[in-house]
Order: sequence, then structure tokens, then C-alpha cells
Amino acid sequence: MSAVPVPASELRGRVTQLRVVRSEWTKLWTVRSTNWSLFVAVVLTIGFPILASAVISSHWAEHDHRGFNPLDPALVGSQIAQLAIGVLGVLVVTAEYSTGMIRATLTAVPKRLPVLWAKAGVFAVVTFALMLPSVLIAFFSSQSILSSHHASYSWHHPGVARAVIGAALYLAVVAVLTVGIGTIIRNTAGGIAAFAAIFFVLPPLMNVLPTSWNNAISPYLPGSAGRAIIQLTHDSTTLAPWTGFALFVGYALLALALGAIVLLRRDA
Amino acid sequence: MIEARGLTKDYGEKRAVDDLSFDVRPGIVTGFLGPNGSGKSTTMRLVLGLDRPTKGRVTVNGKPYAQHPAPLHEVGALLEARSVHTGRSARNHLRVLAQTQGIPRSRVEELIDMVGLHDVANKRAGKFSLGMGQRLGIACALLGDPHTVMLDEPVNGLDPEGIQWIRGLLRGLAAEGRTVFVSSHLMSEMSLTADHLIVIGRGKLIADTSVDDFVAAASKKLVHVRSPQSSALQGVLTGLGGTIVELEGGMLEVGGVTAEQVGEAAAANGLVLHELTPHLASLEEAFMDLTRGELEFGHAEAEDVA
Repeated sequence: MSAVPVPASELRGRVTQLRVVRSEWTKLWTVRSTNWSLFVAVVLTIGFPILASAVISSHWAEHDHRGFNPLDPALVGSQIAQLAIGVLGVLVVTAEYSTGMIRATLTAVPKRLPVLWAKAGVFAVVTFALMLPSVLIAFFSSQSILSSHHASYSWHHPGVARAVIGAALYLAVVAVLTVGIGTIIRNTAGGIAAFAAIFFVLPPLMNVLPTSWNNAISPYLPGSAGRAIIQLTHDSTTLAPWTGFALFVGYALLALALGAIVLLRRDA
Repeated sequence: MIEARGLTKDYGEKRAVDDLSFDVRPGIVTGFLGPNGSGKSTTMRLVLGLDRPTKGRVTVNGKPYAQHPAPLHEVGALLEARSVHTGRSARNHLRVLAQTQGIPRSRVEELIDMVGLHDVANKRAGKFSLGMGQRLGIACALLGDPHTVMLDEPVNGLDPEGIQWIRGLLRGLAAEGRTVFVSSHLMSEMSLTADHLIVIGRGKLIADTSVDDFVAAASKKLVHVRSPQSSALQGVLTGLGGTIVELEGGMLEVGGVTAEQVGEAAAANGLVLHELTPHLASLEEAFMDLTRGELEFGHAEAEDVA
């Protein structure tokens, strides 16, 4: 044995929220799925807008451009990236259940809730820290491509800064919401299905309803509410930007709260 | 010190642990025995708070496990080994657990060396053999230098060298004054390692005694004796009320009398004895005897199947 034995007093440390955060940070970066998913999210967030803008730009003369919103191609990548973020958010929790790691985690932190707060907090911060530069690059690249047709927005255009930064905030909230979903469902396939259902299946399903019902309900669905922050204008079918975003945050906190109840009450 | 009082756990209709009360004391190795499905693993999960008891309570050093500020310093546990993320290396697995409690990296390295995982520490845990997985689990259990060590089938998958190492480790930990609680199916190993036994069957406590008492209580009073004057000896012993079964090589298996009685009777009658041995049940026989009625998953006797 090479190492000098550690004095016993240093092994008596308490479990603190900060230490659990540190542990969850290490957990996030020591499995391959994280690196892959985040890489994909960044590539999609930046790549799609550049591609879309280039295509639009090169075919500019062929199409009518009334009602064209330069912000759409800029932020389309982040909307697709939410798939990668959402799946990773579910996995951050459900992979522990599927591998049995949850037993080790809850043995080290038997109070349980600090683990949930740490997972949600770390993942949300990482998502925002990566996605904010990504959407900024996406915005400036796409607008630079579109500017040759004078169909671009400057950063100072009303609402643009809020929309672009809001796109990154939106993804951070997706991160929290899906960690909550993963904690409630505790199963990877089920968690991803629930995430997909809420964000990608429920909205189109609303179109089956009578228009008045559709218009009454749709703006309040999680995805639509969250996306209010990336709209420049709103009409009767969308909520005001910060109102919608606040509702979206409310959904995420609800998912976390339900997850907390499940985590505390169920056997590991 | 682990104290269980009236511990009960139901999974729906099934009662896995039934009114279990016992103490596991420091300074000795306590073996936890029971047939498959008797509730050993469930009991250990209840100690750690991974499952919530339906009734009763269990404390570690006076408090429920979850209330200790540094849980890994109170109890180091190895439950079913695969509680590890398969995509993470062994070293990183130990690190993430250590970080929750502020245990330094040097301690992680110390344990990696101690359990012999130095060469594979950066390998993904999913690629580990059973033995390597066990060693990692043991490293995790010892991470916080715990007062109490609780291991579920620790020698599962270890080679003889590993089994011997564990035995030495457990006895060493007990000698340091720690509480050592080990469940096992390997009777021969348990008889070498444990000082005290807690035996359960179908979730209920069957025995809570020292190993010696356990074996003695189960030993039928059998004596093996060999004499050149076998028939004369048989006559004397039958007169004492003993039952004789003739074994190979002139050996007699005598029931109902003690070795002392045989020796004195032979001497009183001038008979020579070449061999006189009291038969002590092995731990395995004692265990099988005691738990025969309490098997959760019993096997048909060979003759029944024929």
C-alpha cells in the first residue's frame, strides 16, 4: 500500500448540499451519455440555423417573404436541441434506477432530497451555460447570412435579446422539468415517452379539438407556454412572453415537487 | 451497534420480514443466516432506509440511519453488488460517493489499493467480472471508515485467495471494535468467520446465539467408536440404552450415549478402544436441521421425484 493512511477525522465529514452538488457534477461528467447528448445539442443549436439560413438565403428570389421572421431560422436549432436536453434530463435520474446505482446514491445521502435538488440544479446550470453561447452564435451567424437580403434583425431590435436569451432559458427549464419527470417515473423508456408526449404529442393533439377549445388550452401547455418567451409578438393564441415563461417554470417546479414526493415515499 | 425492534415489511400481500427483533453488537462478527428468500437482503435494506418498514424500527448506534450527519461513517454496506453505473469507471464511482461526504481523494486511492483494483480502476464498471465487482463494493463499504460494516454475501464470486482475504478483513474489523454484520450462504466460511449467529426463515427470527451454542444445540448425541472387541462393546452399549449403527472399517455409530459414558463403560468392562470421537454437527447440518421447516423455496427430496 503506497498512500499514507488518511487521518480518521477527515473521514467523518457531513453530507451537505454543496458536497452533494459536487458529487452530482462529477456524476454528470463521468458518463459518456452526457458528453454525447450535450455535443449533439450544441451542434443542433448552431448547425441548424446556419444551414436553414443558408438555404433560405440562396433561394431568396424564388419565394415570397411577407411575414418572414428572421428569428425563426435563428432559433429553430434550439427547439430541436430540446429533444437532446430532455432525454438527458430524464436519463440523469432514470439511469441510476436502471443500473441500481440509486441504491449507492441513497445510501450515501439517505435524506434523498439533496440529490434531487443537486441533479436539477447542476443540469440546469450546465444546460444554460452551454446553450447561451450556442444560441448567441446561432443568432449572429444566421442573421449575418440573411443580412444580404436585408431580412435580418439586429440585436437591438425590440424583443430580440429577450427572445434569444429566452431560448437558452427555455432549455434550462426543460432540463429541470425532465429531471422531475425522470424522478417521478423512475424508468428510462417511460420517462422519455412522457417527455415526448408532453412536448411533441399533446400540442398537435389539440388540433383535433374544436377551435375555441384548442385556442383556450394550447397556450397553457408546457411547451407552448415556454415558447412564449421566444416570440417577438403575441396574439390571442400565445401568452405574453414572461407570463408564459413563468407558467413554464411553474410546470417544472411542479414536476420537481411531485418527483420529491415520489423520491421520499417510495422504496429505493 | 444495530438494534431492530419488531421490524416488519410487507410487499403487498407478502410479508418479507415478520416482527424481527435482534441486536448486532460491536467487537464480534455476527453472521446472518437464512435460506433463499428468508428476508436477509430486505432486512439489510431496512437498516439503511432504502425500504421503509411497515412496522417496527431499526437504529444504528441509537439513531435511524438517515439521521446520521455522515452516514457512510456510520455504516458501510455492501448489498447486492451491482449498485454501480455501468458506464462509470471504478475510480469515478468511488469518487462520486466520497464527494457527498467530503471524503478526500487520497482515501479513494487507498481503498483501490487495499481491495486490489489498482490495475482496473479506470475501467468501466460494466466490464467488471463478478469478483472485481465485489471488490469494488467492498471498497465502497469501507470508504467512510465506518463504525458498522454490513455485507450481503461478500464472498460471492471471489476466488479462495479473495475469500481468505475477506475473512481476515472482517475479523480485523471486528477486532478494532467495529460492528460486523455479514450474511452468507457459505456455511463452512461462516463457521470460520462468525462469532455470533442470527438465523431467520420466512422473515421470522429462528435463532440468535453464538456459533458454538448453535452447533451444540443441533448436534445429535452421536459417538463414533472403534474397538477390536466390537461385539462385546456393542452388548455393553446396548445395555446402557445406546443404539448402534455399524459403519465401514469396524466403526460403530452410537446414539443416545455420550463419549464419556462409552469410555467409562469400556474401561469398566476391560475393553480396548482404538478410536472414540464425539460427533459434532457441522454448521451446515445444524442450519439445515433448523431451517428445514422454514424454506421459502424448497426442493423435492430425490426419492419423491423418482
